[in-house]
Amino acid sequence: MSSLEDKLFTTKFNPDSKSHLYPAQECCRICKSKICTIICPAGVYEWDGTKLIVNFENCLECGACKIACEHCSLGWEYPRGNKGVTYKNG
Amino acid sequence: MEKNKTQVIVAGGGPAGLACAITIARAGKEVVLIERGKYCGSKNVFGGAIYAQPTREIFPNFEKEAPIERQNIEHKFVLLGKEDSTVISYRNKPDSPVSYSVTRGKFDRWMAEEAQKAGVTVVEETVVRELIMKDDTVIGVRTELEEYYSDIVVLADGVNSLLAIQAGLRSKLEKEDVALSVKEVIKLPSEKINERFNVNGDEGCIYQIFGGSMLAMAGLGFMYTNKDSVTIGLGVTLSDLVNKGLRPYDLLDGLKNHPKIRPLIQDGELIEYSAHLIPEGGYKKIPKLYGNGVMICGDSAGLVNNMHWEGTNLAMVSGKLAGETAITALSKQDFSEKTLSFYGKKLNESFIMKDLKTYRNLMSTVEARAQDFLGYYPQKINEFFKMFTSVDSIPKRKKYHGFIKSYFTDRKFFEPFKDLICAIKLLWSILIK
Repeated sequence: MSSLEDKLFTTKFNPDSKSHLYPAQECCRICKSKICTIICPAGVYEWDGTKLIVNFENCLECGACKIACEHCSLGWEYPRGNKGVTYKNG
Repeated sequence: MEKNKTQVIVAGGGPAGLACAITIARAGKEVVLIERGKYCGSKNVFGGAIYAQPTREIFPNFEKEAPIERQNIEHKFVLLGKEDSTVISYRNKPDSPVSYSVTRGKFDRWMAEEAQKAGVTVVEETVVRELIMKDDTVIGVRTELEEYYSDIVVLADGVNSLLAIQAGLRSKLEKEDVALSVKEVIKLPSEKINERFNVNGDEGCIYQIFGGSMLAMAGLGFMYTNKDSVTIGLGVTLSDLVNKGLRPYDLLDGLKNHPKIRPLIQDGELIEYSAHLIPEGGYKKIPKLYGNGVMICGDSAGLVNNMHWEGTNLAMVSGKLAGETAITALSKQDFSEKTLSFYGKKLNESFIMKDLKTYRNLMSTVEARAQDFLGYYPQKINEFFKMFTSVDSIPKRKKYHGFIKSYFTDRKFFEPFKDLICAIKLLWSILIK
């Protein structure tokens, strides 16, 4: 079975230079579930013990994280035009 | 004349936005469609089938001209137990096809080309960041680079519709109101697809999958056949993933690994992984669909009939109705909420609102009894066929009695009655009122 890394390798990305996802780190520190690190289909979010790492360049732009965020503290917008994911099939 | 002023701006180049824009352009009106992706379709994901009749309403010759993968002739309803499976299958090759598999990347791009031929100005690689308001009227949009003004703005910016939320037409989405879908496109030679899915030539097959790795969750799996690839995916209500702490791709791997599914895709090469939200709030969560100078179509408006796997058709038809309303408003030069309310009226009279109303209680019922309807029963039905097909020198009557007894003892005593009441209530709301 393909790992998430293998899966993401097949998706075409044109990463922006800056993130389009802005977690409020002070909320992440007190967040118990850190649910974004689980439900994100691209594993964009990782907790390193002190802060939330955002691998925004892998974002599939689904929007699940912003809805699931326990503290509703995740700033989420679309990447700039032409940046981010490009689905060839979709 | 203000700078950058047009008659209609459509935000979003998916099925809803393109159907809307082309309807307006064909009436000789000015329309600018703004798409954030590299091309129309590049940010779009769906299961895999478009419906022939509604698509013909907008593109009468699409069957000859559009990039189509296969014509679906078989629907399989697959109930997966943990290891076993039961399939109900309907096969027919009608004279007039019902649905075709397509890929959004190719099909939406084709629709955009058709829209351009009809006179739509398609602006790609541009994100609409904000609506420009004057008092309580939408008068244009702000992109990263500049401002565009118009008499009407149509929001077709997809399930997340940040613009509808910003305009106050819709509240934020809740976990219960969306399904998170992940899918994979797996490359396989067309002969192998034909062999494994029992089809010929350009015939295709759809799998609608219950249970398996999604047992007891408000989730469904799907498979579609393309020319030389197979799509497999699933969508699970976000609240279930959150409450159970599950990774969506683990569920997809679980589905791919099920003994019923694995042989269909084995030795295939994964060529694209994607994810998308599906609006599942249904009738009760339909936002305000129009305001002064603005209308909302398709996924942005939550127009999805999840019972029948319909979304793109609702998107296209709602886009067309919004387009027709825009044409009327332009001829009257009145863009007020009152004039645009024709859009709401047209939607109410169409199958779109009628169907959504019919299924208004579906999701809440299924979510409340997911453990039973999508957990217990798929397994129990498989158990029945296991009992029915087993040959083990045990008298049949004893086996039947054992099965019936187990139905009342597997779960708490009153659960079967709860199921019955729920099912009757749901059927009543679907069939009667």
